[in-house]
Amino acid sequence: MAANGSANDFFQSGPVDPASVRRFEHGSRVPGWDQPADLTKDPAAVPDLAQIEVPDELRIAIEAEMAKYPDRRSASIPALFHVQNRYGWCTPEGIEQAAAVMQLTPGYLVSVASFYDMLDLVPVGRNRVYVCTNISCSLRGADPLLAKLQDEAGDDPDIFVRGFECLGACDIAPMASVNGQFVGPIDLDEVPEMVQQIKDGTEPLPAKQLARRRSVDPEAND
Amino acid sequence: MSRHLLFSNIDQDGLNTLPVFERRGGYEMARKALSMPREELIEALKVSGLRGRGGAGFPLGMKASFIPKGTMQKYVVCNADESEPGTFKDRELMQKNPHQLIEGLIIAAYAVDATKAFIYIRGEYVLQADILDDALTEARRAGYIGGSALGGNGFQLDLHVHRGAGAYICGEETGLLDSLEGKRGNPRLKPPFPANQGLYQGPTLINNVETLATTPEILRMGADEYAKLGVEKSSGTKLISISGNVQRPGNYEIELGMSSRDIIYGLAGGPEPGRKVKFWFPGGSSSPVLLESDLDLGYDFDSMAKAGSMLGSGAIIVVDDSNSVVDVCLKLAEFYRHESCGKCTPCREGTNWTVKMIQRIQSGDATPMDLDIMASVQENIIGHCLCVLGDAMAMPVGSMIAKFRDEFEEHIEAARLRASLPVASEPVLIPGVAA
Repeated sequence: MAANGSANDFFQSGPVDPASVRRFEHGSRVPGWDQPADLTKDPAAVPDLAQIEVPDELRIAIEAEMAKYPDRRSASIPALFHVQNRYGWCTPEGIEQAAAVMQLTPGYLVSVASFYDMLDLVPVGRNRVYVCTNISCSLRGADPLLAKLQDEAGDDPDIFVRGFECLGACDIAPMASVNGQFVGPIDLDEVPEMVQQIKDGTEPLPAKQLARRRSVDPEAND
Repeated sequence: MSRHLLFSNIDQDGLNTLPVFERRGGYEMARKALSMPREELIEALKVSGLRGRGGAGFPLGMKASFIPKGTMQKYVVCNADESEPGTFKDRELMQKNPHQLIEGLIIAAYAVDATKAFIYIRGEYVLQADILDDALTEARRAGYIGGSALGGNGFQLDLHVHRGAGAYICGEETGLLDSLEGKRGNPRLKPPFPANQGLYQGPTLINNVETLATTPEILRMGADEYAKLGVEKSSGTKLISISGNVQRPGNYEIELGMSSRDIIYGLAGGPEPGRKVKFWFPGGSSSPVLLESDLDLGYDFDSMAKAGSMLGSGAIIVVDDSNSVVDVCLKLAEFYRHESCGKCTPCREGTNWTVKMIQRIQSGDATPMDLDIMASVQENIIGHCLCVLGDAMAMPVGSMIAKFRDEFEEHIEAARLRASLPVASEPVLIPGVAA
């Protein structure tokens, strides 16, 4: 697509680390006066649903989300999640399809997707492993855990390991979220087993799943 | 001995399903609320003295009474974004007792005459959002949601779960509203407050999960009885999350006013043997740090405010004496730099420069004067932005510099010395550097 505002445009100035907020050369998050803008391009228009092929499943899922809200734009995040689940990341084609269904410009959806940490605008592994590296977890060894996980996953293209902001599970620190499943506390020597389980598609460290953890409050279950 | 309301028998088998919840008296309080006049219900919430459990501690009854009367569409939004570092109480509550929150939402929605409600849950809580979705399906089938199983003269609520996608700022109420409207989660200028112009410009009541889940308990025990729990101006029980260097991290339900020492050493077991509490955050990473000497303070809204900090979301993070304050400070600043939405300059740039200055301290390029510059940067962030994200970094960082200045200066000197030494040689004192 040769118009401004496509997902490609957003990352045109070089490789981007998906785990960090993008900053320009001078350190700011806003493009500088010396950043070139291609004024010969027109802004991308709202794609026409009749001209774009959208898989039925995706269209139906997005339309169901839109029906929940008084304003269809509210379905932006759910729609982008559907795109991401289908294509592995928010691909330019996927975003254009969602934009066609929602009758928004692709640029609008890119602006939303680029704000949120869980939406990826660059290709990443399908298995998302988020390691919490915030204060509580780092006091209990999150940084060595992240390094070990990254090391163990190596260059497996299907596993995307990244540090993440507080995941709200400081009671099981150090912890990780594997495709949404919270696991912890993880010992460093459990990491190889865990990575193998992720590769096999089985539940990582079943004994340490948050889903089955009981309350620590001694009086909670009296 | 604290009384348990929200965490009473929380691990009961199948509590997340409707039949078990109903057997415990679930949805009876919603039925009772719907049979009361609205004014009476809001009055009960006021009498209970329940203060918001999300961080700001604003009284729920007061907030509900600010919602204008009239025929316009009103909304209730449950803030389940819970992104404050160290906080994980709502997670356990939603995962184990989702219907309690739904019942609270029905009561709050009826009180302000709102017929549409949303639960904005952070995207990372996949399990909890799925559980809430299932619970909502059950409640819809039973007619509690979108039906008339509760009586109430035809009052019906349309309730949905909305998942976020990973942004700390969406826990801020106006950022949350923008995000729920399908935009980037940038906070809005206040006033107008959400009570007047919130979601889709309609009057909106926004409350935390724990606050809403407490409302059925208030009706069950009576507002007067509830107000007797806790201490004056901080009534009731509170879920607190304890994490960091303690032996038994987790969620506990306490009566407000309990001594902080009893919480950290009694409930959570204190730091590992041989270690001491160096400092602690009383209300999430955004609260100014307190020292070991503050441990005898009562844990309630006013005592924490008097000590120069805040109760916040009730998340206590304990840091023991094996940790360097500079490392914790850097982690903290990096988090806020990453999460700043970028709308207001003092926050966007202030967080960035604070990180750079702390990195300079660690690489040996800083001088003690940098501490003064850093402190003044913090002062210039506070109160100068649309929301308090910048303040949330500036207050704890400022308090760390003020309370641990000696350690910062030592760190600066040590790093300077380290950086100036030739690599792999005997330590030699270079004139003018260590002086």
